[in-house]
Amino acid sequence: MSTRKSIRALGSSLATLGTLGAFAVAAQEGPNLGVEVTPADYAAWDISIQTDGTGLPPGSGTAATGAEVYAAKCVACHGEKGAGTPNDRLVGGQGTLTDLAQVRTVGSYWPYATTVFDYIRRAMPFLAPESLSNDEVYSLTAYLLAQNGIIDEDQVMNARTLAKVEMPNRDGFILAYPERTDRPAGR
Amino acid sequence: MSEKRESGSFEAAAGNGLLHRRLFLAHGAALLGAGGMGLLSARPAAAAPLEVPAWMKAPGTPMSAYGQPSKYESDVQRVVGGTPNVVGNGVSFTPHHRLHGTITPNSLHFERHHSGVPDIDPQQHRFLIHGAVRRPLTFTVDALLRYPTVTQIHFLECAGNSGSNLAPQPPQAPCGVIHGLMSCSEWTGVPLSILMDEAGVDRSAGWVLAEGGDAAAMSRSVPLAKIMDDAIVALYQNGERLRPENGYPMRLFLPGYEGNMNVKWLRRLQVTTAPTMTRDETSHYTDVLLNGKALILTYPMEVKSVITNPSTGLTMQGPGLYEITGLAWSGLGKIARVEVSADGGRSWADAALSEPVLSKAFTRFRMPWRWDGGPAILESRAIDETGAVQPTRESIVSERGERQNYHNNAIQAWSIAASGEVGNVYA
Repeated sequence: MSTRKSIRALGSSLATLGTLGAFAVAAQEGPNLGVEVTPADYAAWDISIQTDGTGLPPGSGTAATGAEVYAAKCVACHGEKGAGTPNDRLVGGQGTLTDLAQVRTVGSYWPYATTVFDYIRRAMPFLAPESLSNDEVYSLTAYLLAQNGIIDEDQVMNARTLAKVEMPNRDGFILAYPERTDRPAGR
Repeated sequence: MSEKRESGSFEAAAGNGLLHRRLFLAHGAALLGAGGMGLLSARPAAAAPLEVPAWMKAPGTPMSAYGQPSKYESDVQRVVGGTPNVVGNGVSFTPHHRLHGTITPNSLHFERHHSGVPDIDPQQHRFLIHGAVRRPLTFTVDALLRYPTVTQIHFLECAGNSGSNLAPQPPQAPCGVIHGLMSCSEWTGVPLSILMDEAGVDRSAGWVLAEGGDAAAMSRSVPLAKIMDDAIVALYQNGERLRPENGYPMRLFLPGYEGNMNVKWLRRLQVTTAPTMTRDETSHYTDVLLNGKALILTYPMEVKSVITNPSTGLTMQGPGLYEITGLAWSGLGKIARVEVSADGGRSWADAALSEPVLSKAFTRFRMPWRWDGGPAILESRAIDETGAVQPTRESIVSERGERQNYHNNAIQAWSIAASGEVGNVYA
């Protein structure tokens, strides 16, 4: 290794440092201590649902079965038919987003139906998250979508149908990343 | 630095008693080091005979294994706010009106939990990287502690910080409650680019889903570019391992980005081709404009400042010379300037900035002020190195309306009454 080559290497790593972000680091290689795993190993953790439906598990449910689960496990916090109190309101509010007293619910605000399944499965009921079966989560999702008038009462929700549900506020958002598109650059 | 100024004839910098910041630059260390405003105040109280106090007449307490604040400071506490029916879903606020400098003590760093603080056994914790990678990998905490680390000082601000100031009436609460969902720490951790490269990340994938190991499994999408640029898996905060309420044993840290994305108790990163559009990034942490459309994926916390003293929660001690001081920060880089007004924004003067001025970190500013005992309205306005200027509340309200919302970086105005009371006003 010639001195000239080392200096060139140093120069190029200094140049890299200059362009890196706040956490610039000299050594870009680690000790390679990660343990390789397979999808079967992390299946229980692989719970995120993409907006195109990727990740939705087998199972199904309807609003009728969802109403039973809701009455047993949800109504105490979210009120009759998702009307809210003491915690978040889940139903109604369509057409209120321009009011100062806006009502943001699954029906009036949430842009993706897949998010309803994803969130209920990971975080609800508050005192027993990840305790519901996939059928129960599909049923609750169907119940909330039907209460909001987004799907029919008898429509079956499953991995195929849920991803196709069009939410009323799907086009109600303006991306702020990487840059706001609704106003001149530089503001 | 003229002889005249050093001799104590201070130059006015702006209206209603603001004095030139060179007062501090020229005299700073000596005056402040010797007791600060006490030396600058107009009429010190008549001296009483000095007696030898009791604590000098017997030895004090011995050493301790883990230090605690003075018992005389025991009222400097986070203010805890919760949500009905769901213990563990809520916030606690950093009492900035009682603190100084730029580093927030670990015990007073603000909290926002969505389902309480998990009690994670570090021996059992695993961190998973999967999705669009060549080799899905898990890491133990002990393994990560062997990786190369970086150390950097950065603020962390909840997107909901200062949100109550968008209500129609200004909340009369301490400064540390109105603006208490922000803190600043020295963070040490492993650059995520190293771990991502080890897993063989597909750099064209574009996005990463980050998930916490709490009961909410709180999850957010992050641009892959940010992950590869300056994101870290933080393991240490202000020199000690993370506190449980700040993500022990590890959290995601994204310099300058809204607090919620800095996922605590980090257990999983999934490389994806699009944002996952989780509950928190769609139904929360979005800002509805007056036209009914909402801003989504708003990441950097933009340029902002607040005067922490005087501020609500404190009371003026009579006319005389004061140090106006506060915090300024920007998620886009360094603070370039902070201007202060004592007359409700009619006239402004530059405050002194305390070095070092760091990117995406709190910068402490100071401004000498001679309070004449009459009404005053104090404001600060920060400008960052990109040229972005802290906006007025009026400009934010004109776009979003007077309703509680996220990402409020508006100028804060404090009213000073002749009584010495400090109030929150919309100037």
